[in-house]
Amino acid sequence: MARLNPWRWGVFGLAGLYFLVPLAASVVFTVDVPGQGLTFDAYSRIFSTNGFGASLLLSLELALATIAVVLLLMVPAMVALRLGAPRLRPVVEVVCSLPLVVPPIAFVAGIGTVLKWGPEHLSRTPLFQTFVAIQNPDFPVILVLAYVVMALPFVYRALDAGLRAVDVRTLVEAARSCGAGWPQALVQAVLPNLRGALLNASFLTLALVLGEFTVAQLLGFQPFAVWIVNVSGSQAQLSVAVSVLSLLVTWALLLALAGVGGRSRTTSRG
Amino acid sequence: MTDTLTRVDTATAAPVKRRRRPLGPLAVVPLLAFTALAFGLPAWAILDGAFTVKNQATGTSSYSTANLTLSLQGAYLTALIGSVKLSAVSAALAALLGLPLAQAVVTSRFRALREAVLTASGVLANFGGVPLAFAFVATLGNAGVLTRHLGLTDKGWDLYSFWGLVIVYLYFLIPLMVLTITPALEGLRTQWREAAQNNGATPVQYWRHVALPVLAPSLLGGLVLLFGSAFAAYATAAAMVGSSIPLVTLQIADAISGNVLVGQENVALALSLDMVLVAGLVMAVYLPLQRRSARWLA
Repeated sequence: MARLNPWRWGVFGLAGLYFLVPLAASVVFTVDVPGQGLTFDAYSRIFSTNGFGASLLLSLELALATIAVVLLLMVPAMVALRLGAPRLRPVVEVVCSLPLVVPPIAFVAGIGTVLKWGPEHLSRTPLFQTFVAIQNPDFPVILVLAYVVMALPFVYRALDAGLRAVDVRTLVEAARSCGAGWPQALVQAVLPNLRGALLNASFLTLALVLGEFTVAQLLGFQPFAVWIVNVSGSQAQLSVAVSVLSLLVTWALLLALAGVGGRSRTTSRG
Repeated sequence: MTDTLTRVDTATAAPVKRRRRPLGPLAVVPLLAFTALAFGLPAWAILDGAFTVKNQATGTSSYSTANLTLSLQGAYLTALIGSVKLSAVSAALAALLGLPLAQAVVTSRFRALREAVLTASGVLANFGGVPLAFAFVATLGNAGVLTRHLGLTDKGWDLYSFWGLVIVYLYFLIPLMVLTITPALEGLRTQWREAAQNNGATPVQYWRHVALPVLAPSLLGGLVLLFGSAFAAYATAAAMVGSSIPLVTLQIADAISGNVLVGQENVALALSLDMVLVAGLVMAVYLPLQRRSARWLA
């Protein structure tokens, strides 16, 4: 049949070349150092380099906090929209899509301006202490706030797709008829049915936070992505090695997501 | 059927309904309050700052459009045009290259290959930022593997240029295109092709008169989505070229970091507003197109 024609293989071949060569070259770059021959030095050096552990830990903490906050905000709201307040749906949809219209760099310009109000206008009020507290470099709450906003569109879509597949109303009515209270109905009847969607949303948020660079760098914090750029100036091999590693970790996570949730289209509409 | 049943149930069980009522709106309140604070305040700061001009001599500030005018002049205008040009060229190329790839995937008989390409696209479309920049620096940068082995520098190759950035951006834009256009391609019925063939149409005629008109909304929608994605990208360019190529995102970053003339901090906010307007325009084009193309997928 003409289906197996050469142009198809040409297309796949070229695509494979374009997408695999940079990955392969990155690996070669890190192990084949000019003048030293084959060495895995770059990878072993990663763990002893100053700031590696701290920045990775910070990124993971930020990711966990962001996931917790975004799910706590979104899940009750989305379930409630299905149950009792369908008229608010367009409002929530618009609110959750708005962050797509503001590019991260513009968003961080806005955040920076708001943070400057602290020292300029509020230095004598208790609010000032809050402004200082959310910018604590050990755990910058301000980044969590920003990441939650940036994750809203993805989490909305993931949860919306999950809820569409479940008849929440019947589930809740059944649980209530059996004598369950509201919290119990939600936690024991609805949430288990949303497991795929919740995982999906969490993984998307995790990937977003782990790879985020713009907001963190411009606000002057140093999670993982910012740290990589900062070490790259002095040690090219090392930074590429870290990139390869972080890539593998992120991809493993996203592939796991594809495996767990079934290949869901929500992943794609970024 | 379950749907109608439950609807009848809730209609008769009025007391239950009354008890449940308040929960709906209340559960949405924290979300709305949070976005008002964490998104609304910065958004308002952009708007307010973009229109505020501080008088350095008297220390007073007043509202005017001076910042916006300034953001559309000189180096700022060059950066804005640079961003639009880079995004438009990369988006157009990605659409052009992504379409045949998606078509090859959709018509492939091998399910495993199909699934693999689509999953990989999902992963690659989310692959931007710093690791992408470094992968390409290691490949095609000054000391990159391909650059060294093929002697590309002597042939005039430079990764840290406009076309270098285009090649890097294609790395996440092509997969994004494949993902956006695949549902539309799957919606093309084989019957339409057969009908065209039976009426004596050549493949070219089929594509020109049947497939492309049906795909047009999805194609255009994909194109603006890619444009928006490239337009907003910052980390890749920042990690790769610094600010040697004029891009609006790099200009804003420069301004935020204080590398501008005193009194022009608000120009960064005016530039941000310019970007928001462009991104808003992109979304305004994309969303209706997406809805329209959904018709064919039913």
